[in-house]
Amino acid sequence: MTEKRRIYFDHAAGRPVDPRVVEAMLPFMQEAYGNPSSLHTYGQEAKKTLEESRTKIAELINAEKKETILFTSSATESNNLAIKGIANRYKDRGNRILTSSVEHMSVVNPCKYMTTKGFEVVFLPVDQYGVLNLEALEKELTDKTVLVTIVYANGEIGTIEPINEISKIVHGKNAFLHVDATAACGQVTIDVKAEGIDLLTISSNDMYGPRGVGALYIKEGIRLEPQLHGGGQERGWRSGTENVAGIAGFAKAAEITKKEMKPESERLVKLRDRFIEGLTKPIPYAFLDGHPTRRLPDNVSVRYSFIEGESMLLSLDLEGVSVSSGSACAAKTLEPSHVLLAMGLMHEEAHGSLMFTLGRQNTAEDVDYVVGLMPGIVKRLRAMSPLTPKELNA
Amino acid sequence: MYTQKVMEHFKNPHNMGEIPDADGVGTVGNPVCGDLMTIYIKVKDNRLADIKFKTYGCGSAIATSSMITDLAMGKTLEEALKITRGNVADALEGLPPVKMHCSNLAADALHAAIEDYYRKQKVKQEAKQ
Repeated sequence: MTEKRRIYFDHAAGRPVDPRVVEAMLPFMQEAYGNPSSLHTYGQEAKKTLEESRTKIAELINAEKKETILFTSSATESNNLAIKGIANRYKDRGNRILTSSVEHMSVVNPCKYMTTKGFEVVFLPVDQYGVLNLEALEKELTDKTVLVTIVYANGEIGTIEPINEISKIVHGKNAFLHVDATAACGQVTIDVKAEGIDLLTISSNDMYGPRGVGALYIKEGIRLEPQLHGGGQERGWRSGTENVAGIAGFAKAAEITKKEMKPESERLVKLRDRFIEGLTKPIPYAFLDGHPTRRLPDNVSVRYSFIEGESMLLSLDLEGVSVSSGSACAAKTLEPSHVLLAMGLMHEEAHGSLMFTLGRQNTAEDVDYVVGLMPGIVKRLRAMSPLTPKELNA
Repeated sequence: MYTQKVMEHFKNPHNMGEIPDADGVGTVGNPVCGDLMTIYIKVKDNRLADIKFKTYGCGSAIATSSMITDLAMGKTLEEALKITRGNVADALEGLPPVKMHCSNLAADALHAAIEDYYRKQKVKQEAKQ
């Protein structure tokens, strides 16, 4: 018996750490383990690494200076800090927060939480591709709006939002723009200055860095209300001894990404489009979710009618292929993905969704292997389904 | 997440298909929720002579459908009506808690098919009289 092939197509959920990153982290666990707040040599060595890491992250997103980068424990923490930190710090400006209906839960839930603290939150609509409705943004952006928080690109459907246009509209009023670039950063060039972004969330693992590290860019001059109170690290806005090894790994990942992103993204776009065509063209009632061209290079999100996503996910897993689904049956909540529903899909359409996210390790052979498997999997499940039209089972 | 037993039934479900001249048909669930199940039965001498299923849904929906056909095959109608959702889950060596309600519908579908059989019998009886 030959060993079973294993293919990983779930990079939006988790990525392997680049070996060069692992190497960059190791010294800070066993040798240079000082606390950056200490004044002795060990401490100052750690401090130096911390500040150099800040510079590397700043360079990746073209931030004006390294001090604009705040290290956190995750993109979730960065999103929470941005939303609660800005809304509370600037509540004298107004109590209105605008966001989109295709945000990650780490934006959705802090926004919902703020409604219990006297803020009103508007979830702006998107079109059938998941692109923000700019007229709705203009209409809802009142003088009382303190913060607009929009995802750079949604990791589930891959659609890239028109950040430049959004920024122009938001800055026509006295509101701040926070952008969650967790899924996008590392795949597309982000320039906080050119794009007019006030706060930006990024994550280490999404660039093949270690988990447990994220960052929040805060434009010079903008202030926050801290969410973690303690020893006053990170300019007093995020207390807690810095995770130097993780931060050094994050910086190395950012440095590699800055160098290698362009050719890698070009390679992925080709693979992505080959994958989308292979998964949809040969199979009837197969559709692409999200925008056909304005999409992240790693994202292949498709759906098949008459069958359910978790059963497709399991079928692929039995063949050694790891993917995700937006079906309720694959979720903890028993609700299909709010992102798919926001694009106007019916519940039963959203249940049939399947998400493949590509990474550095994936090849054209991997793509072709799955493209070869899919018709059989869909056919088997459709033969079982009472919803399948008779002619498809012939 | 799923037991070996669930995966076996998911991979190779037993008695999948339709019975065109079924004596009773029961459908439960809703595609909006992600699960829809139809059970077809043939009855001979008050026993389930054949059972088949068609299911739209997740892994546990398919596995419970397959399992109910095993549990009920050859049973009297009275015995089959006593099979519970819990019996199906136990026979599969357990289901994840979140799946216990939403996709563990097979017992309900079987009961609906038997009730459909009784209803049809009654109509036949009345037609004769």
